[in-house]
Amino acid sequence: MSASKPRTLFDKIWDAHVVERLPDGTCILYIDRHLLHEVTSPQAFEGLRAAGRKLRRPDLHIAVADHNIPTKGSRIPKDIQEEDSRIQVETLEKNVKEFGVPYIPILDKRQGIVHIIGPELGLSLPGTTLVCGDSHTSTHGALGSLAFGIGTSEVEHVMATQTLLQAPQKNMRIDVTGTLGLGCSAKDVVLAIIGKITTAGGNGHVIEYTGDTIVGLDMAGRMTVSNMTIEGGARAGLIAPDQTTFDYIKGREFAPKGEAWDKALAYWKTLPTDPGAHYDTQVFMTSAEIAPMVTWGTTPGQVVPVTGIVPNPMDIEDEGKRAQHQRMLEYMGLTPGQHMTDLAIDVVFIGSCTNGRIEDIRAAAQVAKGRKVADGVQALVVPGSGLVKAQAEAEGLDRILLEAGFEWRDPCCSMCLGMNPDKITAGQRCASTSNRNFEGRQGIGGRTHLVSPAMAAAAAVTGRFADVRQMG
Amino acid sequence: MEPFTKLTGIAAPLPMQNVDTDKIIPARFLKTIKRSGLGVHLFDPLRFNKDGSEKPEFVLNQEPYRKAEIIVAFENFGCGSSREHAPWALLDFGIRCIIAPDFADIFFNNSFKNGILPVRLPRAVCNQLIEDTKMGGNARITVDLERQVVVRPNGEEIPFEIDAFRKHLLLNGLDDIGQTLQHSTSIDSYEARQEQDRSWMPTTMTAA
Ligand code: SF4
Repeated sequence: MSASKPRTLFDKIWDAHVVERLPDGTCILYIDRHLLHEVTSPQAFEGLRAAGRKLRRPDLHIAVADHNIPTKGSRIPKDIQEEDSRIQVETLEKNVKEFGVPYIPILDKRQGIVHIIGPELGLSLPGTTLVCGDSHTSTHGALGSLAFGIGTSEVEHVMATQTLLQAPQKNMRIDVTGTLGLGCSAKDVVLAIIGKITTAGGNGHVIEYTGDTIVGLDMAGRMTVSNMTIEGGARAGLIAPDQTTFDYIKGREFAPKGEAWDKALAYWKTLPTDPGAHYDTQVFMTSAEIAPMVTWGTTPGQVVPVTGIVPNPMDIEDEGKRAQHQRMLEYMGLTPGQHMTDLAIDVVFIGSCTNGRIEDIRAAAQVAKGRKVADGVQALVVPGSGLVKAQAEAEGLDRILLEAGFEWRDPCCSMCLGMNPDKITAGQRCASTSNRNFEGRQGIGGRTHLVSPAMAAAAAVTGRFADVRQMG
Repeated sequence: MEPFTKLTGIAAPLPMQNVDTDKIIPARFLKTIKRSGLGVHLFDPLRFNKDGSEKPEFVLNQEPYRKAEIIVAFENFGCGSSREHAPWALLDFGIRCIIAPDFADIFFNNSFKNGILPVRLPRAVCNQLIEDTKMGGNARITVDLERQVVVRPNGEEIPFEIDAFRKHLLLNGLDDIGQTLQHSTSIDSYEARQEQDRSWMPTTMTAA
């Protein structure tokens, strides 16, 4: 490739990491950072052990347990009640010792959800490649890192070789312009995007988010957008690093310091997409298409503004799609034409790698302040990491939330997926700030509606979905 | 890994779009530290009632599809979570090939790495194949990777595309890691270059 050809942010990071291009175009791509957790790593360690292999660069890995950790009571592995959860966590602790992998222990105040702590500790950096056996690894793209989820075989591949075999992906640009309306947050932006491009819209692509709406988001908001990239079918969702990014990274534990910082900064500034660079697909949106959103179906693309109604399957021509739509309505216990604001909820979950950052907890506390959780509603706030929790407590947010009747828990994936004690039960309706509303995701038979933190808090205090713009 | 060359087997119809990995294997079954034994939980929400009894209407609970080795489905198969437990569960059940108009990227990759062949064919062809599968025990479909064709029960051959490198690995049952390790010197020199060019890159902490 000639130096003069304009390149996208993705092209630049990709090119800088190609170790070798194989005859058919597949690339051996160097991986700068690998994050591990307890759910998708045991079989990879097992594979290494069976083949007598070691980690090539253990210093570029970091492990943390998050999915199975209880959010209240004792958090020491041996006290985890469910046997298989305990075994997974204990297996991780055993494996990291045996293979010499850096590990953040559960009781360390830096422990938390892998995608929260990567950026928070300065592990996720612009211009780097970062992977994790978890689809929401796309989160780290908000910092201008080419970050994507991988399967367990690939986890093992990275451990043994510090590389991955990757076919080149296509470039997709999603451009959002305009000032966000009152009550709208990054979550509403990304839900609206997925609603528009559909859950398969990004398949085969790496997305780059551009436009003044995206640039105007703080880092937490950008991470929310990149996080849900995978729900639109793309593995990675990049945002060009800028001053907001640099200010966020500076001074974090593992970020470059001193002279290294200056060098890094000079390099990072060369990363944004060149004018005239080619995107295979482009999507343009304006903030006028974005309102406080609520999903109604069982994929994140089934989303309407909170003022909207449950769509009618009879309006769909394609027979297969119509049948799927009907099945969703049945599962979700909804009838076409119902107003979203008429739906009573049972559970509220504020947390996850999508919305478990300090900014999210602030947004929830702002709505909760001086109000009370509606009768019969269970509302959980679960900070994404120990550092987020400490910060929230230093700001007194825990007291505001507790006074309003929310539960204030310890960091973990919690109710984002049914792998730890926090679950919803069959038929319960949940307003959740997480990223997936698949059948059974939060517990067997549970009904999940994805919303922003402010919308979740509004639902908690009114007992039904409420338009946060009218809550003053 | 078991090589994939030519497979003739019973195909089960799963005419659904967006079959996500939570449906293929729900999160509560991920708490294993092994790759094997997940087949009993394959498609759990579709296949079993809450009390563990079978849902008779689900295709894999019906003869002859209990012995299916091929699944024919609709768009965006395998979307959602990156869990490799999904292909492990399919493989453990005995599925070696999935035919659909398109697949979610991570699932697509994961399938190859476990010796499962995902075949992309247009929706119209999938519709035909779904009709074929309804012929029950006579619904034997052949997937010939070497020649890159799917053979319908009536003998009609439908060509499909596949990346040459992946085909090579699958035909020979080669493990990716062994392949890549043959390029170790390239990785060494990349790292040496990187130490110069990107000297700002910090490493992480020391071992646990
Ligand atoms: S919070 Fe949810 S989506 Fe994020 S890593 Fe945990 S389980 Fe996955």
